[in-house]
Amino acid sequence: MLCQRCQQRPATVHFTKIVNGDKSEYHLCESCAKEKGDLFSKAAQAFHFNQLLSGLLNMESSPGFNAPPATANRCSRCGMTYSQFTKVGRFGCPHCYESFAPRLEPLLRRIQSSTSHTGKVPLRSGETVKVKKNLERLRRELQECISTERFERAAQLRDQIRELEQRLGE
Amino acid sequence: MSLSDFLQTAMSRWMKDGGPEDDIILTSRVRVARNLEGIPFPVLQTDSHANQVIEQVDRALHTPAVTKLGQFELLRCSQLSALDRQVLVEKHLISRDLAEQGRHGAVAIRTDEVVSILVNEEDHLRIQCILPGLRLNDAWSLANQLDDALEESLTYAFHERYGYLTACPTNVGTGIRASVMMHLPGLVLSGNINRMLTAVSQVGLAVRGMYGEGSESAGNLFQVSNQVTLGESEEEIIGNLSGVVHQLIDHERNARRALLYESREALEDRVCRSFGILAYARRMDSKETLQRLSDVRLGIDLGIIKGVSAGILKELMIMTQPAFLQKYYKQELTPAERDVRRAALIRERLRLDDSEVR
Repeated sequence: MLCQRCQQRPATVHFTKIVNGDKSEYHLCESCAKEKGDLFSKAAQAFHFNQLLSGLLNMESSPGFNAPPATANRCSRCGMTYSQFTKVGRFGCPHCYESFAPRLEPLLRRIQSSTSHTGKVPLRSGETVKVKKNLERLRRELQECISTERFERAAQLRDQIRELEQRLGE
Repeated sequence: MSLSDFLQTAMSRWMKDGGPEDDIILTSRVRVARNLEGIPFPVLQTDSHANQVIEQVDRALHTPAVTKLGQFELLRCSQLSALDRQVLVEKHLISRDLAEQGRHGAVAIRTDEVVSILVNEEDHLRIQCILPGLRLNDAWSLANQLDDALEESLTYAFHERYGYLTACPTNVGTGIRASVMMHLPGLVLSGNINRMLTAVSQVGLAVRGMYGEGSESAGNLFQVSNQVTLGESEEEIIGNLSGVVHQLIDHERNARRALLYESREALEDRVCRSFGILAYARRMDSKETLQRLSDVRLGIDLGIIKGVSAGILKELMIMTQPAFLQKYYKQELTPAERDVRRAALIRERLRLDDSEVR
């Protein structure tokens, strides 16, 4: 049999490719196969990674995994379904993080070290986020001060909290 | 065009040597993933969404905040030939995924090619900075500045709890991926590499061979990067990576010293044999090229080979890739033809050093 690509050398590499059920057979000579080679190894890598990630995403069905509370199966903004997400490994839009939040938490605990962000906050749109985070921190400190009876510090904190709350209200 | 002229114009700054620890660290790279509020991620993008993103980025590039940081040229992938896209991949300015995203993808490249912005790859924006040597903090600070400047006119998708939102939850939070490319022939030759790599992956970092498949690495090149993006600050992530990289550098130096002490003759033979092959062979495939270049670079670092510039590993590693070769010889080449031209290019490059020494 001759190589189906160059039609010159004998075909020595034979393989069958199945993509989504479509089967195609290849009979190539060594040099044509080599030329196609980078293509195959790339595809194989992509497959490998996708498989790994969707393996993680499908963890829900594995034994010992606590089923998360029922959530929307579809993102209200972009229409992506959770099962689509587990196949592609990518969300459809920023709002998906809200839509799938309850199922996301256990996933994030698996693939990340924590479930809340402690890094950079955008300067402009992040201003309110920063204030809210500050408020949270101050309120915690206030509770601590009250329980340890450090009232002077508590009064300072109370004033700071009021000021921030006013800024948020504007 | 002569080879030295071609090198002048074709090389990005990161491909030249320089920077701290540049005997072991080839490059430091930081990329941050960002997405625009209210637009679906690229996976669900329509043509009009994609254009919206590209136009917004284009406008942002012309604001004073960004122009202060440098001039960017925005190129749509659809305007570039397949070969030009491949050259950009080989220069690490765009990713393989973006090169294949012919329809919606675009890239903005700063004239010095240190900073680039990938548009409509997996995320709307990926800001990337690449520097020679171990300069993770500098790379982060450059990417951070550009991120701030862009944010003055772009509204990012940001969540109070999850941070910067990304298409894939493996990037959410800081959206940062910091990585260093390391040349570790000492650890490979002494047989300690696998132990080292296992240890590295146990502290939450990812290691992969640069050009090899699976665990096998061609040219003893390894890329070490952070895996976690959520729950640690950018500075912590970079600090952790730097700490581990410094340890790897120490181990590599020790391994080289031990090799030189225990098996000097075998090492000299290996290194000089590889030099001989590079200097005289008439056919070289990519894999052998990387391996021989790695040997020669080790020989230069250990003072066994003199009169050859140390930058040769990085330079030829890039130059001998398929698209670069075809760009240099200005014609399409089959793999067999490339092997012949690759060998010729290497011989020519080695002669260049020779003439400078004399």
